[in-house]
Amino acid sequence: MNRQTQKRLLGAAALVVAAVIWQIVAVYIVGRSFILPSVTDVAEAFVNLLGSGTLLTDAVVSLEHFGIGLIAALLLGVPIGILMGWFRVADFLLDPIIEILRPIPPLAWIPFAIIWFGLTTQAAGFVIFAGAFFPILTATYSAFRSVPKVFVEAGKVLGCDTSFELIRYVALPAALPAIASGIRIAMGVGWMCLVAAEMFGVSNYGLGYQLWHNYYLHQMPNVVVYMLILGFVGLAIDRIFRNYVDARLLRWHAGEVA
Amino acid sequence: MSGVTIRDLSKAFPRGDGTVTQALENVNLEIGDTEFICLVGPSGCGKTTLLRIIAGLETATSGSVTIDGRAVTGPDPKRGMVFQEYSLFPWRKVVDNVAFGLEMKGVGKAERRKTADRYIEMVGLSQFRDAYPFELSGGMRQRVAIARALANDPDVLLMDEPFGALDAQTRNRMQKELLSLWEQTKKTIVFVTHSVDEAVYLSTRIVVLSPRPGSVREVIPIPWQHPRDRTSTEFADVRRKVLRMIDETENAQ
Repeated sequence: MNRQTQKRLLGAAALVVAAVIWQIVAVYIVGRSFILPSVTDVAEAFVNLLGSGTLLTDAVVSLEHFGIGLIAALLLGVPIGILMGWFRVADFLLDPIIEILRPIPPLAWIPFAIIWFGLTTQAAGFVIFAGAFFPILTATYSAFRSVPKVFVEAGKVLGCDTSFELIRYVALPAALPAIASGIRIAMGVGWMCLVAAEMFGVSNYGLGYQLWHNYYLHQMPNVVVYMLILGFVGLAIDRIFRNYVDARLLRWHAGEVA
Repeated sequence: MSGVTIRDLSKAFPRGDGTVTQALENVNLEIGDTEFICLVGPSGCGKTTLLRIIAGLETATSGSVTIDGRAVTGPDPKRGMVFQEYSLFPWRKVVDNVAFGLEMKGVGKAERRKTADRYIEMVGLSQFRDAYPFELSGGMRQRVAIARALANDPDVLLMDEPFGALDAQTRNRMQKELLSLWEQTKKTIVFVTHSVDEAVYLSTRIVVLSPRPGSVREVIPIPWQHPRDRTSTEFADVRRKVLRMIDETENAQ
């Protein structure tokens, strides 16, 4: 048996054991589905929710919120990070503003998100943006600040005449691994903000909204279903991104860090 | 064709406390076409600074560098540079590293790769054209860096201790290969080194700089044919002479 199969088997075994313990605790020790739904309660709730058909809609709505927020964060965070990392003047100008805004918890933006955008997809997207923007910005900024000087000088000597060319052909590719890990962090934060944004009623659909809604209805097995789905979708997004980055974007990087 | 003229060149670096460090003072040097010049001198004498000024990566405080009558004002692909550190772009394959300068000039993909392949072959790395830099040894990386500088067809090739990080055997082999490239391409080469042995082995003239602030202390022509015999008595004599010059000045400090 090689290491990989050994790892998989042990992982699966641990999951099964955890589920069995959960079931025993829920049924024989707690005994109330409201306090701790059992595995079978949750499985049953999952099947019922699948049958009612809203599960997929909610997942799509949540991904839409997430997508809007993340894309906006990328479109603003990467360019501003580049400007601040490359041009000292931009750094001096924008740094105080950024430093004041950055510590504000993203969820504190929810009231204004609702006032500015109403109960719309954009409002939820804005809260996610507030969470994802700063990790992307700071990662891009510090990645640009730490581009090795010798790469920039090599670029100059080889004919990059303008800042644009140096950024496009030298600094950006050099900074990409660090920017990609910033994006991964931002996606994690954004996904957390998503649940909160939807729970606080920025939207009448979505996984986070349904989680909270089912809590009001005291449907605790459904709450667990939404919790698990949120976890799985978050995990899937992270994995897909990482695989894409490793396979396509940064084939060269694996060898550099190894 | 591609002579370098350095006239009354001085360079001072500002320090944090408002004073300045005088790195170079009144450097005068005339480098002829297809010469192979080695710059040697005690540590901190400003040989790398001088090279960087010729490259256009630093600006002189006063004085001038002209190449074929044109003043150097900034970096230019007409002056190729090989750095001491590994400067290959790690996200580009060997072929695209070598083709980088041509890409910046706007040469089409097929054509620039063809040119790049020619230079990759010249440095003997054809079977590595699609490798990433991390897959190459230190000596191979510096060969690619040389090919990348040559692909721009520069007038002058500037080399800042390019073999400094290599082990002794690789270093000797690289020196031989560099001489053969120099004979094939007829480039003017300005080469900074710590190793007097390397300087005597490679150059047509050795330029010995004085300690900081650096200026030209002596220029020693080495008229012998390549390949040179490191074990000959003439070789040892010149090496001893240059080493003594550097030692004296270092001890005088």
